[in-house]
Amino acid sequence: MTWMDPREVFLRNLHPAFYSTCNNLHCTWDSFECIGLHGQDAENAFKVRLSIRTALGDKAYAWDANEEYLFKAMVAFSMRKVPNRETTEISHVLLCNVTQRVSFWFVVTDPSRNHTLPAVEVQSAIRMNRNRINNAFFLNDQTLEFLRIPSTLAPPTDPSVPIWIIIFGVIFCIVLVATMLLIISGIRQHRRKNKGPSEMEDSEDKCENVITIENGIPCDPLDMKGGHINDAFVTEDERLTPL
Amino acid sequence: MARTPGPDQPVDGGGEERPAWDNKLQYLLSCVGFAVGLGNLWRFPYLCQTHGGGAFLIPYIIALAFEGIPLFHIELAVGQRLRRGSVGAWTAISPYLGGMGLGCFTVSFLVSLYYNTVLTWVLWYLLNSFQHPLPWSACPLDLNRTGLVQECRDSSPVSYFWYRRTLNVSADIGDSGPVQWRLLVCLAVSWAVVYLCVIRGIETTGKAIYFTALFPYLVLTVFLVRGLTLPGAMQGLTYLFTPDLRVLQNPRVWLDAATQIFFSLSLALGGHIAFASYNPPRNNCRRDAVSIALVNSMTSLYASIAVFSVLGFKAASDHGRCLDRNILHLINAFDLPEQSVSRDTYTAALARLNASQPAQVAGLPLEACRLEDFLDKSASGTGLAFIVFTEAVLHMPGAPVWAVLFFGMLFSLGLSSMFGNMESIITPLLDLGVMPRRVPKEMLTGLACLLCFFTATCFTLRSGSYWLEIFDQYAAALNLILLAFFEVVGVAYVYGMKRFCDDIAWMTGRRPGFYWRATWKVVSPLLLLTIFLAYVALLASSPPHYKAWNPRYERFPLRQEKPYPGWVLAACVLLSFLPTLWVPVVALGQLLAQCRQKTRDPPQDRCPKPRGGRAC
Repeated sequence: MTWMDPREVFLRNLHPAFYSTCNNLHCTWDSFECIGLHGQDAENAFKVRLSIRTALGDKAYAWDANEEYLFKAMVAFSMRKVPNRETTEISHVLLCNVTQRVSFWFVVTDPSRNHTLPAVEVQSAIRMNRNRINNAFFLNDQTLEFLRIPSTLAPPTDPSVPIWIIIFGVIFCIVLVATMLLIISGIRQHRRKNKGPSEMEDSEDKCENVITIENGIPCDPLDMKGGHINDAFVTEDERLTPL
Repeated sequence: MARTPGPDQPVDGGGEERPAWDNKLQYLLSCVGFAVGLGNLWRFPYLCQTHGGGAFLIPYIIALAFEGIPLFHIELAVGQRLRRGSVGAWTAISPYLGGMGLGCFTVSFLVSLYYNTVLTWVLWYLLNSFQHPLPWSACPLDLNRTGLVQECRDSSPVSYFWYRRTLNVSADIGDSGPVQWRLLVCLAVSWAVVYLCVIRGIETTGKAIYFTALFPYLVLTVFLVRGLTLPGAMQGLTYLFTPDLRVLQNPRVWLDAATQIFFSLSLALGGHIAFASYNPPRNNCRRDAVSIALVNSMTSLYASIAVFSVLGFKAASDHGRCLDRNILHLINAFDLPEQSVSRDTYTAALARLNASQPAQVAGLPLEACRLEDFLDKSASGTGLAFIVFTEAVLHMPGAPVWAVLFFGMLFSLGLSSMFGNMESIITPLLDLGVMPRRVPKEMLTGLACLLCFFTATCFTLRSGSYWLEIFDQYAAALNLILLAFFEVVGVAYVYGMKRFCDDIAWMTGRRPGFYWRATWKVVSPLLLLTIFLAYVALLASSPPHYKAWNPRYERFPLRQEKPYPGWVLAACVLLSFLPTLWVPVVALGQLLAQCRQKTRDPPQDRCPKPRGGRAC
């Protein structure tokens, strides 16, 4: 019995109509398209979308058969971590309909290659190992998308003490210290002034308190402090009243 | 005494030597810092953009020339001549006008309360800017860690951070909720910083003003240089300044220009009177008035160039991201190779695909991406600073640095205005001698700041931001316009234009010319009266409502328009009238006191009629 590519076997079993058009030609896997993965199998297939150029820019690699092989290996690896699925082989993972976008569908079959594995199992397997799969391709959750497989969101990285409290504490301490210094220097200045010639100040105050007030307007125009220029008699830039 | 044209020189309130500025620069910087505030940054650019760009400058300059500069000159001249704070100065001009000083004092108190709350919000954002990534860049996870918080997902991370993480705003003004402790501690620090700077009056603010008045200019320049080099800046600037002369037919534009120049110069608060009262008596206050007013307007223009270059960048990058989302939909749906459709070729590719497979294209969730729509999304006030600009900063490389610079600039802009507000509260208290002379000035300022802090805690409730809007609209606006009107009329008619011109000639060496006399006597009072009536008409035309942030609103994230409940309306009315009520109350009180004195004293001991006043 000639060895048949297991994928061919799968397709032949699943899509006899399609296969019959192809059996006279040497059909490789790449020329097969995922037409009509229907029923339960359609539900168990997942679409994958890669955005390599967005993620890597100049360092983007081309998506070729080798990358597909790596992808199948990663999926098989993820399935092997599921209990009861430790015998998953790379050949059990089927890719199809690879587009220029770099998107494709994949489905995982069981060892008998007659059924596809349920979507729930595949989902949970991929979610557990999403990080490893991303890293194998230098991509992240946004650039390597598994449609219908939600990614686990990263936990919030809150530091134990929020940063704003630290800065707040610093500013508050500075303001407090500066205020204390100003108050203390003010008190000292006040005490020094009080200890000074208090008698002279008393007489000056008494003089200033004698102000006649009419209608709330003080009538005393002259500034009586000693040593101050009395503006009433300043003549420099004053225009003389005409005679 | 016959030789001097200078009339009586009143003794300084307080008895001790009146504090003085260390040098002229401190005084100029203090006045500039008081005038240049947050409004220059977040109100003028918005007005410029919505009212026809460059065309808005025409009513703005006219208002500056006929209302702003004359009123400003009056305030500086009165303060410098009478060497007292607002209460003492207006009492000295005429005892019947003493209520004006009290009105200014009350309005300054109310304004300080809510202005420092805005600084609290700025401080909160500043504290949160010292991390990468910035906390408003991404939505937090919900409790199950299965997805993002719904409120954030429906609106945007920036809005969520502002409304929920900062304000924790309630959905209704009646629902006050508890005091938000984060805002409370920031409020405490805010008032502590203000206290630190005004602790000894102008002695300390004079030192602090060097930093707080000049730092914003430095940061604005940095933002201008950075903004102009960002892609999309020129589109933002051309959109801002493209003049549309048709707006001049809209009276609303003239009203906005007049009110903007009025509030921008911080007139009728009594702060400029207080600052000028510490000047030497012979100082050219006319030149000061003109130069400070011009510096204020230049700063507004400068700030709007910086702001709009950054907003133009934001609009361009939002537009680019909109296109990218559409392109992604296209290449995902049609499995086209990556980067096969660029932003430039998008329209052609869409047309081609629409021609070949219209049904599939119609099924895609494509958005309409027009650059004008993004440029139109302007905002003013807190919306500009805390939502639009913070989002713009996210996309600049090195975002935390820009956020720190921006909020640091806002904080120092607001702080220098707070100095003026606090001076207009503290100087009258000192002049009136409210505390005995033994009590040091530090204690008076400390008590004032403490009282303001405790009163302002009502703004840290969950409904605090709604109350702040009320205070901003009703407590400040109408009262200031009325008080300014009384100021001009009081000086021009009650004090006497001739006497005032003599005083100015004595102080500056030259009598005021025709322009000044005409504006003081006729133009400014008429203009102010018109503005007042127009403003009242505007407020009365639509029932007062507010925009609430309600996650349960069906059109969320749009804000829900709700009318004010009855008790809030009563509070609005009270706030609009109470400060100005001092004027008639004190005038009446003086009248009664005069009549009583007249009937009590015998006729020959009666004091001569006060000049310019009316005897019983």
